Amino acid sequence: MASSTRSRRMGPVRVGESPAVRRTLIGLVLALSALVIVAPLAVIAVEAFSKGFGVFAATIAHPDTRSAVVMTLVTALIAVPVNTLFGIAAAWSITKFDFPGRGLLLILIEIPFSVSPIVAGVAYLFVYGMQGLFGAFLQDADIKILFALPGIVLASMFVTAPFVARELIPLMQAQGRDLEEAAASLGASGWQTFFSVTLPNIKWALLYGVILCNARVMGEFGAVSIVSGNIRGQTNTLPLHIELLYHDYQTAGAFSAALILTVIAVFTIIAKALLERRGAGRVRAATLAPTAGPAEAAKETP
Amino acid sequence: MRQRVLPGLPLSLGLTLLYAALIIALPILALVFKAASLGPAAYWQIVSSERALASYRVTVACALAATAFNLVFGLALAWVLVRYRFPGRRLLDAVVDLPFALPTAVAGIALTTLFAPGGWFGHVLDPLGIRVAYTPLGIIIAMAFTSLPFIVRTVQPVLEELDPALEEAGLSLGASDREVFTRVVLPLLAPAVLAGLSLSFARSLGEFGAIIFIAGNQPMSTEITALLVFIRLEEYEYQAAAAIASVLLITAFVMLAVTNLIQRRALRYLQKD
Amino acid sequence: MKINLDHVVKTFNTFRAVHDVSLSVESGELVALLGPSGSGKTTLLRMVAGLEFPDAGQIRFGEQDATQIPVRERGVGFVFQHYALFPHLSVADNIAFGMRTARAARRSKAEIDARVEELLRLVQLSSLGNRFPAQISGGQRQRVALARALAVDPKVLLLDEPFGALDANVRRDLRRWLREIHAELGITTLFVTHDQEEALDLADRVVILQQGRIVQQGTPRAVTRQPNSAFVMRFLGDTHQLSATAKGGQVTLGDLSLDATGLADGPVDVFVRPADLEWAGQGSGDQPGPGLPATVTRVIDRPGARRLAVSFEGHGLELDVAPEVEVAAGDRGRLRILRSRIFPA
Repeated sequence: MASSTRSRRMGPVRVGESPAVRRTLIGLVLALSALVIVAPLAVIAVEAFSKGFGVFAATIAHPDTRSAVVMTLVTALIAVPVNTLFGIAAAWSITKFDFPGRGLLLILIEIPFSVSPIVAGVAYLFVYGMQGLFGAFLQDADIKILFALPGIVLASMFVTAPFVARELIPLMQAQGRDLEEAAASLGASGWQTFFSVTLPNIKWALLYGVILCNARVMGEFGAVSIVSGNIRGQTNTLPLHIELLYHDYQTAGAFSAALILTVIAVFTIIAKALLERRGAGRVRAATLAPTAGPAEAAKETP
Repeated sequence: MRQRVLPGLPLSLGLTLLYAALIIALPILALVFKAASLGPAAYWQIVSSERALASYRVTVACALAATAFNLVFGLALAWVLVRYRFPGRRLLDAVVDLPFALPTAVAGIALTTLFAPGGWFGHVLDPLGIRVAYTPLGIIIAMAFTSLPFIVRTVQPVLEELDPALEEAGLSLGASDREVFTRVVLPLLAPAVLAGLSLSFARSLGEFGAIIFIAGNQPMSTEITALLVFIRLEEYEYQAAAAIASVLLITAFVMLAVTNLIQRRALRYLQKD
Repeated sequence: MKINLDHVVKTFNTFRAVHDVSLSVESGELVALLGPSGSGKTTLLRMVAGLEFPDAGQIRFGEQDATQIPVRERGVGFVFQHYALFPHLSVADNIAFGMRTARAARRSKAEIDARVEELLRLVQLSSLGNRFPAQISGGQRQRVALARALAVDPKVLLLDEPFGALDANVRRDLRRWLREIHAELGITTLFVTHDQEEALDLADRVVILQQGRIVQQGTPRAVTRQPNSAFVMRFLGDTHQLSATAKGGQVTLGDLSLDATGLADGPVDVFVRPADLEWAGQGSGDQPGPGLPATVTRVIDRPGARRLAVSFEGHGLELDVAPEVEVAAGDRGRLRILRSRIFPA
């Protein structure tokens, strides 16, 4: 009888607590996770050093790799701050005011999440490319957007536009407007209200959004591969450089470059886990949870 | 003039609208415009060509299979992470995000190397007659990998907040563990599961980077729609690329609408009055 | 500071929250805005604060038209329903916030610290300045919110459901305490509540709202003794409603005749409170006299009295008798009506 084992247990009575079910599930999940998630990680590290440390070091030091790293960093340095600013502005306008069309604006902001990166790349081609809306004009004016840094930055911004906004909007929605109204009633100016009241209460969620945004910008492949033109040593970002090396049968080189991005990814998930302990990401998750009310979710203990 | 209590609406909304218009709306409209310039007959011919249809079939079938795998694995992961305490749980919890954080191209070459005939998994599976790399199975695996976190991360918080009293009530009414799970726990998780499923499916439909390395990319059998768009571009068939990309775009919008609809319907019982 | 509201109107989308409200609050007065939810009381308070702006009408502070003055410059102290304490600032920093804004008169750090100390003493939280809002109790948070509002030397103090989120005991203590602070500082104070006991206990004057309109205002004594409508009668406390007919300035109930001078002939509702009724049991020896014939259905013993649930012509009524009165379910007797209010049905 299940009840006899249950009566000996401490704590609340819940389903799935019998030792057999428990052990089986934990075992299966751990085994599958090792195969599906951990093995790819391991294979990257192993392959990167498969031809010895020399090949790894040579790949990293190669001018093409360095140029790809620089390209990736510059793209992130532009796209991430701009998207952060956009995310804050969008969250402030959507959560602190009522205006017609708010719902529509929210959907518009979410669109890049549902659209394939390939579609994003193609779409940009039809704005700035020779076949596109401004192509002829841009050529006459001798402005290079596509197959150059601006195109890569723009495509990256499209793909990651919602990252910061989607962390901030649910949180600021749950926090309501009371704190800002209180600050205003005490005589604070708009900027003062934002910097001394709003920002301290959203900082972890903001950082969380920024880190996820950055990871995606640095790793974006599909959209960037269309707009970059793949010019080796000039317009290749790291993911594109990896593809190039891989298709050149320089597997160890490809994995060496991949290892750089993998290290960034690992740091990202560590930062993410640390920020989640501070409550970041919780409110967005709670919007799907039927029992967690917004008031509960908004509670943040300093 | 209408007074507002809090400052900054013109500035923040202005910035938001400008950015959303220039960065998000303009390219999408440009794509739609380009596809529409083909005219209905030519458009239809391109999007219903044999090769395009085959790419839809491959993409949708593989996305369905990947989502089905993620449903089972994702639910099990969420359950184990929330309900059980065991050494390494926190690590597992963090590692679940790896597919989101790892660039798709990196995931692509890693999975391909694992499943290639001489790879760690390939040399085990090959003698059994299971070919993964360069077959639809490879596409499924790449899709499943990149969209795995969706179901885990949507179900996990709901499972955490689930009131233990509901299970106690079920058990006190004489239901077995299995009955409580299927008739109490699962229905309460359903909205989150559905949301996770639709996100996972939508992501699989649009995935590109992880797939192209492992898929083999043979027209009619292992060519996904996103790749077909890419190929048309490389052939300078811009309008054809626009048309096929517009199919992906429309699918994305439909998925967005379906997700919203599902969530609203599934959460009906939460609506007051 | 005297506050005047002139024909104030506020509509949200299609919902008219406040209909043409005019009200004046004297300098130093403590006024309660009392009403059920949706009566527009909070909207009214927020318009006085400058947290909402009226669609029509005028709000004056003294002689100054304050209608369009933004909240930042209006010089009001506002205590939010859920306090809105800044969670990332200590209690002392919360209180000092308003003194550190760009708009505030420049004060040295020492001056601000001294003022914070003084306010902490006033709200009896001297030792808690370094705590964070999450680390103190609800009642303490309430007092911090008040101290923070007072720190900017407001001309007017506005409180939105100030005790709404607190336990009954804490509420009672805080009410007394707020009364004392008001007496000490003499700031014109307006507060919103849905709890009639709180309004009557605390306010000099009670303004009762229903569906965006003021239905009655006056001292607690005036509104409780002379409610001018069935709504106010019901809203202020337990009430029984009996249907009857008025004829020639008289209403007859059982063998009682009630004075209804000035009421037109026709159906009326007679309202009585439990304390307006008196029980005369048949076996008690005293002459029953005139009254409503009634049967006891249930006796509930309470610390100070025995509550009788009685039935008269199918109406269920309740009243209290002294603890020593012998009475049991099934007893018959008569109900005397000591006081009543009669309104046309």
